[in-house]
Amino acid sequence: MAEDIVRVENLKAYYQMNYFGVRREVRAVDGITMTVRKGEVYGIAGESSSGKTSFIKVLAAAIRPPLRVVEGSVKFDFKNGPIDVATATPKQIEAVRWKHLSYIMQGSMSVLNPVRRIGKTFHDFASRPMGLTGKAFEDRVIAHLARLKLPADVLKAYPHELSGGMRQRVTIGLATVCHPEFIIADEPTTALDVVVQKEVLSLIRDIQKEMNAAVVFVTHDMSVHANVADRVGIIYAGRLVEEGPTRDMFFAPKHPYTAHLVASLPRIGDVKQRPALEGRPPNLADPPQGCRFHPRCPLAVDKCRQEVPPMEQVGPDHRTACWRWQDVKPLVGASAPSGVMA
Amino acid sequence: MTTLLDVRDVSKRFTMGGIFGRKTVDAVMDANFSLSAENPEIFTIIGESGSGKTTLARMILGLEDPSEGEILFRGKRVSRHGGRAEKLAFMSQVQPVFQNPFEAFNPLKKIERYLESTARRFLQTRDKAVIDRAMDEALQKVGLSLKEVRGRFPHEMSGGQLQRCAIARALIPNPPLLIADEPVSMVDASLRMSIVNLLKSLRDDLKVSVIYITHDLATAYYISNRLIIMQRGRIVEMGDARTVLDNPQHPYSKLLKASVLSTDDAGDGKLATDPGMVKAAGDLVGQAGKLVARPDGREVRVYG
Repeated sequence: MAEDIVRVENLKAYYQMNYFGVRREVRAVDGITMTVRKGEVYGIAGESSSGKTSFIKVLAAAIRPPLRVVEGSVKFDFKNGPIDVATATPKQIEAVRWKHLSYIMQGSMSVLNPVRRIGKTFHDFASRPMGLTGKAFEDRVIAHLARLKLPADVLKAYPHELSGGMRQRVTIGLATVCHPEFIIADEPTTALDVVVQKEVLSLIRDIQKEMNAAVVFVTHDMSVHANVADRVGIIYAGRLVEEGPTRDMFFAPKHPYTAHLVASLPRIGDVKQRPALEGRPPNLADPPQGCRFHPRCPLAVDKCRQEVPPMEQVGPDHRTACWRWQDVKPLVGASAPSGVMA
Repeated sequence: MTTLLDVRDVSKRFTMGGIFGRKTVDAVMDANFSLSAENPEIFTIIGESGSGKTTLARMILGLEDPSEGEILFRGKRVSRHGGRAEKLAFMSQVQPVFQNPFEAFNPLKKIERYLESTARRFLQTRDKAVIDRAMDEALQKVGLSLKEVRGRFPHEMSGGQLQRCAIARALIPNPPLLIADEPVSMVDASLRMSIVNLLKSLRDDLKVSVIYITHDLATAYYISNRLIIMQRGRIVEMGDARTVLDNPQHPYSKLLKASVLSTDDAGDGKLATDPGMVKAAGDLVGQAGKLVARPDGREVRVYG
């Protein structure tokens, strides 16, 4: 088994605000424990306001107030030595950022500076971590872009002159030009349409294999996870509720939320009524007692309302946080359970 | 059969730039289809970004005039010009649902304000009780009620609930036709199906026709009766949704279907698209060709 590149232990990161003497605390990340191995693609799924963005902000060492790490650690094991980004100094973080730890951002239009040519942006991001300037730097960038099937001309272009797919490839190039060991991809394909999406995904996968980097891939689209990730972790209301190898997550989910996410995907060739999950994700400023999924859960019993389920090992590499995981059946092919809107 | 909507040889050409470097873009070319008034259906327009699907929707809504051809709604021509009363009458018949519910609502105003202004305009009344009843009825249709919504701001609701409110707003004047432009692409995965199921129940229970614009083939297959696939402004395939998507014939339709990420082989990491297919579809851009009917009821664009 490969070594771990990052170990997250009981991470709690809260947004703490203090307006006019009124303290508010939003528990965006509440006790997440997970590891990512070297050279794997780890998919994180979760809906908006589930805390997944806050979690990857901590992973990316972009912890800015009001977000604070309250407890726990995020230990990376990079080639230039171990680092705990939850407690590291800005100087230590700067030493790993972009060179070892990089980020493919969402919405490639707003990531690239619209009034700066792509080449300048490359220079801004990558010249210092790579320690190259001038012609040597440019040659490296052009060689790297060629691998992404981008012509050298894009360096002279402005972002608006490129198509959506090309812009996304440019941001991928930007994130991978320094050959980082750990890449975070935050919804890199949500704004793209199907044909381009597939192209970009296979590109991320290829370049990850080639550089043997670890990728944390964040999206709420389960069909993307099915095709890209080696392991998938599901975040619900600030907690990791299930984690396992992609195949198991899709064909033998052990958490009712995962089962619903997988079952609600419509497919071509199947017109059966798809169940929809009722209710809404909880407000993280005031999360429900016990298991946070219980108000929407079809299997909820009294125990779920009072006690928080611990993360249990349910199979090789497969963990889940549910009191009734033995009763969770994959919903695909099954009829919609009661309480589901027709 | 009476027709509800008749789109006849519609083209739209946009001109960009000034005297120098004037460029024209054909957003929609020769679109032809019609919806029947008796059989409500979900009619899907599929295409990638830049295929002209939104332009077509804007023309049907009367926000854009076609450069050529005409759009008839119940026998009357849809036009951007004309009197206020005439326009209002048209608007009460055709209503839009937009892509992003968070942008459709004013974040500083309560949700009911958006519904209320629509009700006031289309019911031509200032009577509070009548307006409230109309709002409640519309919200009941989408599985909400005025009691739940009243007094709440957009940020207090989930994307799925907001999108339902947006659909409820569109339903206030009881329109026979809804135009939904990518109504689920900004909604979370766990709530997405509730919107799709809602569109389905609107058709089945309330007999509302829906023009559903999307690039998601899976939901299109799931709910639509008929569909058209557009590539760079041209309809390349048209027909019964199941017939077309089970066995697409046009190279572009084939490419689209092949690009849908499937969960059947989850974890195998198969991703590569056949480059031959991409090329075959790309080569056809800009060629006119013509739509030819096939024995199974569909129409496919053939070239040469």
